[in-house]
Amino acid sequence: MIILVFTMIILTGAFVAGLLGSLTGLGGGFIIIPLLTLVFHIDIRYAIGSSLVAVIATSSGSAAAYVKEGITNIRLGMFLEIATTTGAVTGAVLTAYIPTSMIAILFGILLLFSAAMTLRKKEDHIETTKTNHLAEKLRLNSSYPTAAGKVAYTVHHVPGGYLMMTLAGLLSGLLGVGSGALKVLAMDHVMRIPFKVSTTTSNFMIGVTAAASAVIYFQRGYIDPGLSMPVMLGVLAGAFVGSRVLVQSDIKWLKPLFTAILIVLAMEMIYNGWFKKI
Amino acid sequence: MKHVFSRIYWQDKDIEIVIGRLLRYGVLLSGIVTLVGGSIYLLRHGNTLPRYHTFTGEPKDVSSLSGVFQGIAGLQGRAIIQLGILLLIATPIARIVFSVIAFVLEKDYLYVVITLIVLIVIGFSIRGGLGG
Repeated sequence: MIILVFTMIILTGAFVAGLLGSLTGLGGGFIIIPLLTLVFHIDIRYAIGSSLVAVIATSSGSAAAYVKEGITNIRLGMFLEIATTTGAVTGAVLTAYIPTSMIAILFGILLLFSAAMTLRKKEDHIETTKTNHLAEKLRLNSSYPTAAGKVAYTVHHVPGGYLMMTLAGLLSGLLGVGSGALKVLAMDHVMRIPFKVSTTTSNFMIGVTAAASAVIYFQRGYIDPGLSMPVMLGVLAGAFVGSRVLVQSDIKWLKPLFTAILIVLAMEMIYNGWFKKI
Repeated sequence: MKHVFSRIYWQDKDIEIVIGRLLRYGVLLSGIVTLVGGSIYLLRHGNTLPRYHTFTGEPKDVSSLSGVFQGIAGLQGRAIIQLGILLLIATPIARIVFSVIAFVLEKDYLYVVITLIVLIVIGFSIRGGLGG
């Protein structure tokens, strides 16, 4: 297969990944890495490098839209970014010492976890009572606009959320994904903030977290231009189209399908990692 | 006339909208640069064979800043793609820099410090030689 054909196939695959990733809110990295490693037998380190690039592109692209709406809790995001960036830098440094088969297994486990997260029932918290002392000190409590006017909310369990975010950052740096599922879990379940706020704030943080580890991957020579170019452009185009479709149509039927795909890919990654094929 | 560094100017502008625009233009610019670099790369190397099955790591000419700029001077597609990718990586970092300024203007010094810590962590990963 010559490079031209190879590039076109990757571009198409990345487009589909970006489209599905934006429709389901999981980001493109989850499909890109299995696609590159399982289908094209590309070394997982190159796959992670180009996936990180795609993660930054989609995060920054969609953040531009969210920022306008004033839902993102910038203070909360900025404070938790200390956790995610330190985690991400540690993760990116660790990749050099962890065997690729182990990375594949870890990736599979994170995929399974994300699949479980898509099936979980969304419970929306808007809490205004007994706030955390730290949350008050850091002025994390805020409000966000809804159809019925401004709604105030308080933030809980700040240290627990911070720890969970460090883990999210670590996995992001190690596996080259946004780990948005973990970030949302930390904010939804641990810190108990409204779903809309956690989703957009998580997206706000993903780009910065990925950039922190991407600079290490870049200097280490894990980001290949020939591979990253179609991945980035494809995912970006897919995410753009996805965000347009999302406004117009009901995509509930897509969720179970996507979850099934995630589970199959997770099994494949774990299997290949276990038998040292990756 | 409003001064760019006065508080009123930024309140009028709404820093969030400025940041939103920065992100959008950053992504757009890096996308265009990558597309240009990619076209040159495909025109020159489109009919050769890819080699990603074995990991060798990228050579210095596409994994260091000086290498990338030398490559751009020579109109190398791969180096121009890397410039696009570097612009993309710089976009969220630029957003953090902007946030520092925003918090200074808001006189929210606690968050000036928090945002600076995030910048330092990123700076550490850029300059710390962690790339090995």
